[in-house]
Amino acid sequence: MPIENVDTDQIIPARFLKATERKGFGDNLFRDWRYNADDTPKQDFVLNNPIYSGKILVGGKNFGSGSSREHAAWAIYDYGFRCVVSSFFADIFKNNSLNIGILPVTVSAGFLDKIFTAIEADPNTELEVNLPEQKITILATGESESFDINSYKKHNLTNGFDDIDYLQAMKSDIQSFAAKSLY
Amino acid sequence: MSKIPTTLFDKVWDSHVVRKIEDGPDVFFIDRHFIHEVTSPVAFLGLENRGLKVMFPEKTFATADHNTPTINQHLPVQDPLSANQLKALETNSAKYGISHWGLGNPKNGIVHVVGPENGITLPGMTIVCGDSHTSTHGAFGAIAFGIGTSEVEMVLSSQCIMQPKPKKMRINVNGKLGKGVMPKDVVLYIISQLTAAGATGYFVEFAGEVFRNMSMEGRMTVCNMSIEMGARGGMIAPDETTFDYIKGRDKAPKGEAWDKALAYWKTLKTDEGAQFDIEYNYNAADIEPMITYGTNPGMGMGITKHIPVAAETGGSKASYEKSLQYMGFHEEEEMLGKKVDYVFIGSCTNGRIEDFRAFASIVKGRKKADHVTAWIVPGSHIVEQQIKEEGILDILTEAGFQLRQPGCSACLAMNDDKIPAGKYAVSTSNRNFEGRQGPGSRTMLASPLVAAAAAVTGVVTDPRVLLAD
Repeated sequence: MPIENVDTDQIIPARFLKATERKGFGDNLFRDWRYNADDTPKQDFVLNNPIYSGKILVGGKNFGSGSSREHAAWAIYDYGFRCVVSSFFADIFKNNSLNIGILPVTVSAGFLDKIFTAIEADPNTELEVNLPEQKITILATGESESFDINSYKKHNLTNGFDDIDYLQAMKSDIQSFAAKSLY
Repeated sequence: MSKIPTTLFDKVWDSHVVRKIEDGPDVFFIDRHFIHEVTSPVAFLGLENRGLKVMFPEKTFATADHNTPTINQHLPVQDPLSANQLKALETNSAKYGISHWGLGNPKNGIVHVVGPENGITLPGMTIVCGDSHTSTHGAFGAIAFGIGTSEVEMVLSSQCIMQPKPKKMRINVNGKLGKGVMPKDVVLYIISQLTAAGATGYFVEFAGEVFRNMSMEGRMTVCNMSIEMGARGGMIAPDETTFDYIKGRDKAPKGEAWDKALAYWKTLKTDEGAQFDIEYNYNAADIEPMITYGTNPGMGMGITKHIPVAAETGGSKASYEKSLQYMGFHEEEEMLGKKVDYVFIGSCTNGRIEDFRAFASIVKGRKKADHVTAWIVPGSHIVEQQIKEEGILDILTEAGFQLRQPGCSACLAMNDDKIPAGKYAVSTSNRNFEGRQGPGSRTMLASPLVAAAAAVTGVVTDPRVLLAD
């Protein structure tokens, strides 16, 4: 999806945020780019083209800008993606993704171009993302780049822990901190 | 002993770090947590699934705003999904002992309007909410930002979230603003200069003469839109304007507690010589009333200017062309004179009393253009009451406008206030994304004065020609 500034209102429009449970958001992922007003699929949209498949979504610069809605990350996850690649992510979207088990991979603008060129040349081009080695590779050409992730988040993603587990384990520290708070 | 000069941001951030994780985020303590009906239900569900309690229910405040209708609020909400979310907020708040200002409560309104107007938002606080426009509260010298639902669950269960510390940016605007130039224009101008991603990874301090001379309402408008340039949040050092605004409000400190708080608040400023990672300087005289022509808030320009050609914008040509095509606009076109179908004044950006005063200053003695549908939506019941008491409602009624009831309304069109496909709206809200105000809607972001000028003329109009000298 070589489009810049893909915002969270495109990923999941606000009118689909009315659930009180975290279910079924994948059906409305990119709703207004994916479907016409009469709910028929837009043939030229990438997710409607069966030639593209996989668990890695590649997007243009400033992916996930706008709203803090975690529903955007839920929709991407529920659709089946586990990794999003871009040259630049909006902050909140990046945090939300990491919190629910999607790996945001930030690559250089040059490498992003290489990925798009490879996909354009062959839509079946395979990308490999290796979290332990922090490396992304275009398998057809062998070109690769390393990516950053802090070791705390990496450990969580690898072991299935989350921040709530961590915070629950330090409740007494938080309790004494709160006791000194002005507010 | 010499003291290292420190920024306002560092002072507030560092005093809220419970623990630093090596090569990881900070465990960050939250003083105030706002919740609303859309981003909280799944967090409460998470608590239940894990068998957790709310650690400090008195630090969380609930208000219903995103889904609520803006007419007939005394009747049951028609949309069953919206009604279900509103009910969930009420039930969850009652269950965990959280203050809840639901539909019909005289304190109800948009979360980022009611927090400050009731004295819940105070300088030096850390404030979060599952809403990106939480940055609004930075106007008080607080660190305030939007979070996702997993983080809402963290705050409910432990009053903390895990946050990597952002980098620091300062934006200085000096000089005097010209006639008809509002705080909204200042922030739209800054975003047009920096782009919609220009401050990503940063926390911004707004400084300089223009912000010092700005009212609290104006400062809230500016900080509100920090997120639209990608910033985690924006803040302005508190001063006498801030203290005057807070004093006497419902939940503000009183008596001895006030004196103690005030002494602390006066220390909340960036020391001379403190370092920022990056700094920008702008001149107030360069800012005119602004309008957006594209599908992200960075695509804005002075209202008398022509739409730039792709090459001048620095971004991808294909994305730029897609954006103009969606809007039905062309490079090098003028915006003045373009037909406007809808006008929306309201939202957490421009739903405060000053905004309606500005709107009324142009509408007074004129009539709404026949073909324009106008939605005038106060940010809260308190604002609604002020509109009535100050005689603004009479001006609006005489000019053919109707006042609606408080809520987020057409800013994100989760309720029935949707702009139809293909129609043009001049909107005082914060986002002009594709379909933001309803599927196919075309949004032009602007100030309340520009909105008023469009509402009475029916076309994009420079408000300065309608303003009395």
